[in-house]
Amino acid sequence: MVPPRAQLARPLTALRGNDRPAVGGKAASLGELTAAGVPVPSGFAVTTAAYRQAVAALDPDGALGGQIERLDPADRAGIAAVTAWVREAILATPMPADVRDAITTGYQALAGEDGRGAPVAVRSSATIEDSESASFAGLGDTYLWVEGEDAVADHVRYCWASLYSVESVTYRRHQGVPERGLAMGVVVQLMVDPRCAGVMFTRSPVTGDTSVIVIEAGWGLGSALVSGDVTPDSYVVSKVTGEIAKRTVASKLRQHQRDAAGAGVRVAEVPAELRDVPCLADAEILALADLGRRVSEHYGAPQDIEWAITSRGAAAEAGADAALRIVLLQSRPETVWSHRPATPVAAPKPRAFDHVLERLRVPGTAR
Amino acid sequence: MDSGDPTRSFPLPSEIEAVPGAENWRSMYPYFTRFQPGDDQRFWFYNSMHFPEPMPAFDAITAEIPYTAIGANTTRLFVLPTTLGIEHRIVNGRVYITAIPVTDPAEIGRRAEIFSERAGYYYQNWDRLYAGLKDRIAGLISEIEAITVPELPEFEDVRVVMQSTGVAQNHYVRENFHKCLDLYSKMWHHHTEFLMLGYGAYVVFFEFCKNAFPEINEQTVARMVAGIDVIMYRPDDELKRLAKLAVSAGLAEEFPEGCDPEAVLAALPGRGEAGRAWLAAFDAVRDPWFHVSTGDGFYHHHRSWNENLAVPFAALTRYVRKVSAGESLDRPTATLLAERERIAAEYRALLATDEDRGAFDQMLGVCRLVFPYVEDHKFYCEHWFTTRFFQKIRAFGELLVRKEVLADPDDIFYLQHYEIDQALADLMLAWASGGPPLGAAHWRPVLAERKRMLEVLKTWSPPPALGPVPEALNDPAVQMLWGITQDTIESWYSQSAAGDKREVRGYGASSGIVEGTARVLRDVNEIGTIRDGEILVCPVTAPSWGPIFGKIKAAVSDIGGTMSHAAIVAREYGMPAVVGTGQATKRIKTGQRVRVDGDRGVVTILD
Repeated sequence: MVPPRAQLARPLTALRGNDRPAVGGKAASLGELTAAGVPVPSGFAVTTAAYRQAVAALDPDGALGGQIERLDPADRAGIAAVTAWVREAILATPMPADVRDAITTGYQALAGEDGRGAPVAVRSSATIEDSESASFAGLGDTYLWVEGEDAVADHVRYCWASLYSVESVTYRRHQGVPERGLAMGVVVQLMVDPRCAGVMFTRSPVTGDTSVIVIEAGWGLGSALVSGDVTPDSYVVSKVTGEIAKRTVASKLRQHQRDAAGAGVRVAEVPAELRDVPCLADAEILALADLGRRVSEHYGAPQDIEWAITSRGAAAEAGADAALRIVLLQSRPETVWSHRPATPVAAPKPRAFDHVLERLRVPGTAR
Repeated sequence: MDSGDPTRSFPLPSEIEAVPGAENWRSMYPYFTRFQPGDDQRFWFYNSMHFPEPMPAFDAITAEIPYTAIGANTTRLFVLPTTLGIEHRIVNGRVYITAIPVTDPAEIGRRAEIFSERAGYYYQNWDRLYAGLKDRIAGLISEIEAITVPELPEFEDVRVVMQSTGVAQNHYVRENFHKCLDLYSKMWHHHTEFLMLGYGAYVVFFEFCKNAFPEINEQTVARMVAGIDVIMYRPDDELKRLAKLAVSAGLAEEFPEGCDPEAVLAALPGRGEAGRAWLAAFDAVRDPWFHVSTGDGFYHHHRSWNENLAVPFAALTRYVRKVSAGESLDRPTATLLAERERIAAEYRALLATDEDRGAFDQMLGVCRLVFPYVEDHKFYCEHWFTTRFFQKIRAFGELLVRKEVLADPDDIFYLQHYEIDQALADLMLAWASGGPPLGAAHWRPVLAERKRMLEVLKTWSPPPALGPVPEALNDPAVQMLWGITQDTIESWYSQSAAGDKREVRGYGASSGIVEGTARVLRDVNEIGTIRDGEILVCPVTAPSWGPIFGKIKAAVSDIGGTMSHAAIVAREYGMPAVVGTGQATKRIKTGQRVRVDGDRGVVTILD
C-alpha cells in the first residue's frame, strides 16, 4: 500500500527528536532544535518511507541485509564489491513519481514558486546517525549549493546511495549494527553562505572538562574544518564565569567557498590579511557559547554542534546582535567522554585536612 | 629536584662573570651566601619575587632571616615529608635559591609520621592558634616600637648612679640593636608558622579543581576561595573613607591632582572646624594603616605611606575627584560574596560524582579556614612590623651620623649587620674611652664603593635560573610559595634557548586584552614616573602598589602566581595581568608598545 503523501516529505518545523525512525537522526535533531527556538536554516526532510518506497524493488526478498551482515569489516574488497552493486542500483532505479512530487513541492516551498534560484544543502540523515551510542559522523554524504528541482532530486538519490558507501558499511560492521530497519532520510535546507563556520563542543573534546564550551572556527564553510583542510581558531569559554578562558588564533590558510563556476564547493586561499585574524568577535564567541549551553541543557547531555555565522564584515564589527546571525546546522550527542565511566577525582576523607597531609607526603608535579 | 638531561642547562653558577665595575660585590655579603663548586650540579632559580633588585648589604638580612625561619619550620618543626629547607646564594647582588628535597622513601615515611601529628594539631586548632599568632605578632610590633636608641650624652643620666643600675648607656647600643634583629627573627618564625599549611591547603584544592576541570583557570579557583574583607584592602579603604569625608566636609578643592601632601596638611587647619576634624581623622588612620610599605618589606627603601605621603595622596586625590563626581567607591562586597558562592556552587554541581562533591566541600572548607592567614599575615608581618624594623635600624644610622661615622642615616643599610656590630662597638669604645670613633675613615670609602657597585649591578639582567634543567620539580615549598612549576622552567629554558623574540609568556592572572605603552619599573621608588594609561612592567607586583592600579591599563610581572594580591587587585580593577613571565623587565623597554593578553598569558612587543 502506498503511504499518504504527507509522509514522504515533512517540514523541519513539524519534526521532533522522536521522529528519528521516520526521517533519520539529523532531520529529527534539526526539528528538535527548531522547536526549541534555536535558529536553524529552513528546510524539509525526505522521509525514510520515501527511501523505502524508492528502493523496494532492489531487494524484494530482503536478502541484502543478511548478506551485508555476514561481511567481515576487515574485508575491504568484499565490502566494496557488494556495496558498488547496491549503490549503482539505487542510482539507476527511477524515482517513484509521488516521491519526486513530494520533493518538488518541498523545494518549491523553500525556493518560491518557480523553483529556481534557491541553492540548498542536501544532507544524509540515516536512522542510525547521531544516536547517543555512536555518532556516525561524516559517513553520510552532504551536497552544498544544489540548485533546481532536478538537481535536488538527483542529490537525494546520492544521499540514499551513500548509506551503502564502503566507509559506512565498514563502520556498521565494526559497530555490529543490524541492517534490519536501517533507512536513509534526507534533509533539504536553504543554503547559508557563512562568513565563518565551525564546530562547538559543550564539554572539552580534549580533556572532557564539563565546565567549558570549546569553539573551533574557520573562514567560510565548516566543511573546511571537518575535512581537516584548515587549522581552526580555538576558543574555550567557561560555562560558570562566562569568561573566554583561552583563545588560540591559528594561521588559517584555506577556506571552503561556493564554487562560482558550478554547483558545489571549492577550496580557496584565505586572503593574506585575514589569515592570522581571529574569525570571531568576543560578542559572537559569547553568543555561540550561550546557544551551546541552551542546546546541551535542552538535551540534558553534552553536544557536538556545527554552526555558521552569516553576517558579513570583519568579525570585530559584529555587534551585540551577533546572536541573530548565528545558525546551527547540526547538534549530536557527544559520544567519546560520555561513554567513559565517571571515576571520582577524590573521595572524602575522615578529616578534611587529611587531604593536605596526604598531598604533602608525596612529591608532586601537578601544579 | 631530580637532575635530567645533562645537555639541557641554564648557565652554571660558576660561569656567571662579575659585572665590570662591580668585581668586588662579594665584599657586601657574608661568606655563606657564596656559590660553592658543587652548586653547579644543582638547579637554582632567581628569587625575583622577593628580591627584584641587587641587595644592599644590610638588606641581605631579609633573605638570611626568613630562610632561617622557614627552613627551621619545614625541616625541624613541622617535619615536611618531602622537603627540608631552602638554601640561598648571592651572585652579582642577586638572590638565587633552591630547596633540598627528601627522596629516600623510608625517610619520607619516617618524616610523614611526625608531620601528620604536628600539622594535624594545627589544622584541628587553627582558629584558636591563628588568634594566638595575631596576638604574638601584635606583641612583637609593640616591642619593636618601644625600642630606644641610646643618646650617648657626655654624662650618664644621674638616675643610673642614684638607682645603682650600674649599666651605662653604651651597653644598650648593642643590646638594643640586637633586640631589633632578634625581634625581626621572631617575627619571621611566626610568619612561617602557618605558611606551608596555609598554602598547602590552597594547592590541594587547586590541584583537585585542575583534575576535575582541566580547563579551569587558577584565577577562577582563587575566586572560590578569596576572602572579601581582606585586611590588605584596608589601607585603600581608609583612603576612600578620608576622600568621602573631605567631600562631605566641603574640603574637596584642597585636594587638587598632583598636590603636595605637606602643603595640604599645612593648609587644612586654616579651614576651621571641618579642616581640623579631617586632620584628626587622617592622624587616626595613619597608625597603623599607613605603615603599609610601598614595596613589600624586603628592602630598606621600601618606605611606608607615612614616610612617603605622595603615594597615598595620589590615590586620595583621585578618590576625592570621583566622590565629587558622584561615583561610588565602595567595593560591592555583597555582590562579590554572592558571586563567589555562585561560582563554587556551579562547579560543585558539575562534578561527576557525589564522592567528588564530598571531597570538594572538605577541601574548599579547609581553604577558607586558612585563607584569612594567607591573605592577612602580610599586612602585619611584611608591612607593619617590617616598616617599624627598618625605621629602628635607620635610627641607629642617625646615631652613627651624630657621632660623625656616617654622612647619611641610610648609609647604615650599605653595611652587613655583622659590620654594623663592629661600627657600633667602635662607638661604644670611643664613648667609653673619650677618644673619637674610627669608623668614618674605615667605612666611608667602603660605602662609596658599594653604592657605586649597586648602581652597576642594577644594569645586570640575571638569568631566571642556573644549573641543569631539572627532570621533575617536586618541592612543595617552591611550588606553593613561588608558583614555579615544570612548565615555568620549560618556558624559561625555551625563552633563553630560542623562542619568539616578540613574545613574553607567563600566566594569565586577569583576563582581557589591551595595548599600550610599557613603563618598566625595576625599583619601587620609580613609582611616581608612571603615567595614566601606561602598562606596568615590573619584577613583582606588590600589593601596596594598589594606588597606581587606578592609573595603569594592565600589569605584567617577572614572577608571581595568580594568587598574589596584585593579581586579585588587577581582577578587581578589571584590567589584564600577566604574571610569572620570568623576564618581562629584561625584554621589554619603557616606551615600547605592547599588547597584554591576560587570557593567554602572553605579552607581545609591538614595536
